[in-house]
Amino acid sequence: MIHAYQIVVAAPYVAALVLLAIPGYRIGAIANVAASGVTFAAGLWLVFGERSVGDYAIVDEFNIVFITINTLVGFTTALFSASYIGHEIETGRLTPASLRFYHAMFQAMMGSMNLALVANNIGLMWVGLELATLITVVMVGLYRTPQAIEAAWKYFILASVGISLAFFGTILIYLAGQPTLGEGVPAMTWSLLQAAAGRMDPAILDLAFIFLLIGYGTKVGLAPLHAWLPDAHAEGPTPISAVLSGLLLNVALYALLRFKMIVAGQPAALDPGPIMIVMGLVSLIFAAFMLYQRRDIKRLFAYSSIEHMGLMVFAFGMGGPLANFAGLLHMAMHSLTKSGIFFGVGHIAQAKGSQRIADIKGLSVTHPRLAVAFALAVFAISGLPPFGVFASEFLILTTTFAREPWLALLPAFGLLVGFGALLMRLQDTIFGEPVGPAHRVDASSVPMVLHLLLVLAAGIYLPPALVAWFRRAAELLG
Amino acid sequence: MNQVYDISHLLAGVMLVTSFALLYQQRIAAVLNAFAAQSIVLALAVAWAAWSESRPDLFITALIAFSLKGVVIPVALHRTVARLGIHREVEKVVGVGAALMVGLALTALAQALVVKIAQGPASQAREELALALAIILMGFLMMIVRRNAVTQIVGFMSMENGLILAATGARGMPLVVEISVAFSVLIALFVFAVFVFRIRERFDTIDIEALDRMRGDRR
Repeated sequence: MIHAYQIVVAAPYVAALVLLAIPGYRIGAIANVAASGVTFAAGLWLVFGERSVGDYAIVDEFNIVFITINTLVGFTTALFSASYIGHEIETGRLTPASLRFYHAMFQAMMGSMNLALVANNIGLMWVGLELATLITVVMVGLYRTPQAIEAAWKYFILASVGISLAFFGTILIYLAGQPTLGEGVPAMTWSLLQAAAGRMDPAILDLAFIFLLIGYGTKVGLAPLHAWLPDAHAEGPTPISAVLSGLLLNVALYALLRFKMIVAGQPAALDPGPIMIVMGLVSLIFAAFMLYQRRDIKRLFAYSSIEHMGLMVFAFGMGGPLANFAGLLHMAMHSLTKSGIFFGVGHIAQAKGSQRIADIKGLSVTHPRLAVAFALAVFAISGLPPFGVFASEFLILTTTFAREPWLALLPAFGLLVGFGALLMRLQDTIFGEPVGPAHRVDASSVPMVLHLLLVLAAGIYLPPALVAWFRRAAELLG
Repeated sequence: MNQVYDISHLLAGVMLVTSFALLYQQRIAAVLNAFAAQSIVLALAVAWAAWSESRPDLFITALIAFSLKGVVIPVALHRTVARLGIHREVEKVVGVGAALMVGLALTALAQALVVKIAQGPASQAREELALALAIILMGFLMMIVRRNAVTQIVGFMSMENGLILAATGARGMPLVVEISVAFSVLIALFVFAVFVFRIRERFDTIDIEALDRMRGDRR
């Protein structure tokens, strides 16, 4: 009997091998879309299928939320990439050989992220997340320009420090679980660890959580460990920026939350909540201010991702069913909106042949339809109604206000600062006198419009079934 | 039983000493040799654990540590340094004395953190864990205070040596072999990256400039 979660993990890896063997990049791009479609179908099957807990894999309400978003955005990104990446060959930035490699790596990365999401073994989870990170390092350096290699190098150095610290934390969790669960696989099985958390040595759990927070926090992009993030987003291919912001940061956050659930099971250990609240707020406010000085449009939205990840970590740090619900909703909305924005940025970069904000002006004159879609996407991410991001941000602020009125001022302040910066930059790009060249855009606008429609629909009406599902996931988070 | 722990502590302690040795080298070739020595001691420590705890799968980890990190990677890096003709001296952000002082502080910090772990089954692994954490932090330090790409890779691999030591110290931890393989693949990948893509501008900005200046002096 094959389970859907097995397909979710195995299909991308099989596709990666097949794609390595396909020489033509057009066929490769189509095969990439097909494989992502299969994975997405399996992800949907998982939503309606049964929940299960095994030795190595776990399927519960909590990770299905992540898997669904992961496979959906993976699919739409593959669609976008198929229509976008041909242009990179025309301009000579990529060769057909490197594009074959790119498609195979895209699938391997999706498979690794899904592996991290379904793993019930904390070692396996670590392996999945690390593989996904390393593949993105290689992808960031794909253009082989000096800047791209510099960015990949910085990303590698910081990510590997994160890798190592997270692994040390994982060893400590194993040591904490070993006395009660015995040697071997059980002491690395997440579900058993969570159940036995109350009997673990709180001192080891404290130490472990600090290492895990710094290790996985580096990958979530929490300030002051975020330095790799803007470079990696700016220098890599645009579809990879979309996947980085929309998915990989989520998977790292997912790992962190799984460990938070273990540590929260031992009352004598430190409370992860306040630490996460502080780190989230620092990232949120810091990134909001950094938005003002960006000259590169991809860097701008990379900092916006730091801001939103900070808000999510803040919400999960607050904890409780409502704040967790709001955090999960915000994560879903941010993934969809931000990857949509990066699709839009890809269009703009093709139209203008540059990603410097100073070179992008007067889009409303030269590319009116693109300008409207992009403006709506930026409205969505800056938290304007009626988009879904507004709903989730509003929910986070109101739940915080209900519990800690003064604390709610800080995230509200950060969001306001970020809002101003984004609108200012938007005005620069959309209006004003057109400068520079205005090329035709080949990339398909379907994925971007689809994401925008989903976010809009979620902002106007959340189906009760969806609310119930997210609520169950939020309750698991405690 | 005590002797078993004494020997494993001795080997872990020697690894920590090589971590300090990594910090005070002046030439890249010497850094690579110190790293090779550390990897070989790691291989011995893992092999000792494999033998004394009768966990034969750990011999694979030891073999990987010895062959890949003790021999292949140092030799490959020696060649890269020679072929690219980069500056042979270690580029320092912080001087040797200051780096060693920070290293000492980190070792003390590692002890202080791990000592808090209460007595119990985990306490057997405690000393080894403290040494491993010190080695990890020293690798981290090396990545920060040494600028050139080769020394940064060595810092990372030294950090990884500490991790494998910690994983071996945690009795019965599964996946140790798999993880050591994954790590080694990762490292091979990036040594490869140094080879093939050469991370040119990295060397250019830091090293070639210095080389040119030296040539100018000679003429």
